[in-house]
Amino acid sequence: MRVRADRDRCCGSGNCVMTVPDVFDQDDAEGLVLVRLAEVPAALREGVRQAAELCPAAAIEVEEDQA
Amino acid sequence: MPGTTATDLPSFPFPELNDNPFDPLAYQERLPEQGPITRVALPTGGWAWLLTQLADVREVLRSPAFSADIMKPGFPLLRPLPAQRDARDRAGVFIRMDPPEHGRYRRMLTPEFMIKSVRRLEPLIQRTVEGFLDDMIAAGPPADLVASFALPVPSLVICHLLGVPYDDHDFFQSRSRVLLSNTTSVADAQAAADELQDYLSRLVTAKERDGGDDLLGRLVAHRLRDGQLTHDEAIGMALLLLVAGHETTANMIGLSTLVLLRHREQFEALGVDPGRAPALVEELLRYLTIVRSGLPRIAVEDAVVGGQQIRAGEGVIALLPAANRDEAVFVDADRFDVDRGGQHHVAFGFGVHQCIGQPLARTELRIALAALAQRLPTLRLAVPPDEVAVRPSFIHGLQKLPVTW
Ligand code: HEM
Ligand code: SF4
Repeated sequence: MRVRADRDRCCGSGNCVMTVPDVFDQDDAEGLVLVRLAEVPAALREGVRQAAELCPAAAIEVEEDQA
Repeated sequence: MPGTTATDLPSFPFPELNDNPFDPLAYQERLPEQGPITRVALPTGGWAWLLTQLADVREVLRSPAFSADIMKPGFPLLRPLPAQRDARDRAGVFIRMDPPEHGRYRRMLTPEFMIKSVRRLEPLIQRTVEGFLDDMIAAGPPADLVASFALPVPSLVICHLLGVPYDDHDFFQSRSRVLLSNTTSVADAQAAADELQDYLSRLVTAKERDGGDDLLGRLVAHRLRDGQLTHDEAIGMALLLLVAGHETTANMIGLSTLVLLRHREQFEALGVDPGRAPALVEELLRYLTIVRSGLPRIAVEDAVVGGQQIRAGEGVIALLPAANRDEAVFVDADRFDVDRGGQHHVAFGFGVHQCIGQPLARTELRIALAALAQRLPTLRLAVPPDEVAVRPSFIHGLQKLPVTW
């Protein structure tokens, strides 16, 4: 699974950081999303799906592995 | 239906919406039966679409087809706009702006409210909470938990955050209380707002001169000096933080305490294990949804929401408390259930305006409730439950919470 975040859309709510701190962070200057782990390890995938669902600005895009 | 006049429609906000803090949402049966999206008459004249389902609420609050700008003609207002005296009243108030203007201001503040920034405030919040509990305990039972704990905690935290000097705390707190009190007349509220604006103006000037390692000091150093922000905009942003963060957090502390006294087992468990606080606070946010009258928006393009055609120029109200009790999403939604895992509630709104202060609010609530449960395990109501009065306000809260221990 891969995850991307659109910093132009992000409003810095921090929901993703609260949900999966290992995958998301916010920068110090504007508080906008940073992806720490673009290639998501299996154990964090459910959290990343939830973070995408919870993102108020629809800024997180998840690309599932092809079956 | 489009031919219907506003007088045929149910009036919103529903009059009895606030009458029972224990069963805060008996409104469902008052909703007309046509379906989840209906029209309601507004107190300022005209009408708006009322959205009650979580999916519709999320969609509208996240859609660029809807604006938060209350100056747009036809905006669904719950009370008349106060007369604008000068441009200063609107400068920097980004809660009423749309992208991209909105983001420019919001991004100047976001770093202050990130989880990692709020973590640095934890010792201060802990000290503040313990200090007010010490005072309350020293004064002895009974006490009004709203006046001696729920209100002063967020007020002092905001003072520290903004960088209000210690000597001015009493002035700042007393003016905020007048501004936010529901018993204040319009004239007195205006006078308090003026005094706070003037005070904040002097404070911004002082930060320009002396700097300061606090939110306003940093805003002045990084944004005002290089012309990204004007003096009036900095005042507007500070006042917005005060107004948006004080009463909300205070009301949540008061109401949450009341809920926990009704669910004593949760209160006792929290006293033993403060690690239970995060899940507890999340369910309290959903269950109480204090922004009771919802979030108003106006369509700036035609849109279809939940199968309903909404035309540009029409108003909508995203009824947060209804969305947070949407049975299609939250099983047995009227039950207070700490283990339900309901993080997808919209108590902080949704979309680009979603509460910027949520990490701070969560931290204040967790620390305040855990300390209360730890320090006062025998806390109980000092009056019969039906005598606990709610504040008649757009933000749900308690007038007083008489307690003893
Ligand atoms: C439990 C307490 C709180 C609740 C329930 C709450 C709720 C909300 C809601 C529903 C919104 C969205 C408004 C809209 O979309 O029109 C909002 C926005 C906002 N809140 Fe909070 N809030 C709380 C605490 C705080 C705190 C502690 C602060 C700051 C000190 C704060 C500052 C703000 C600001 C500045 C906005 C506007 C954000 C924007 O427009 O981008 N709030 N809040
Ligand atoms: S949840 Fe969305 S809006 Fe919030 S910080 Fe993460 S990416 Fe940005």
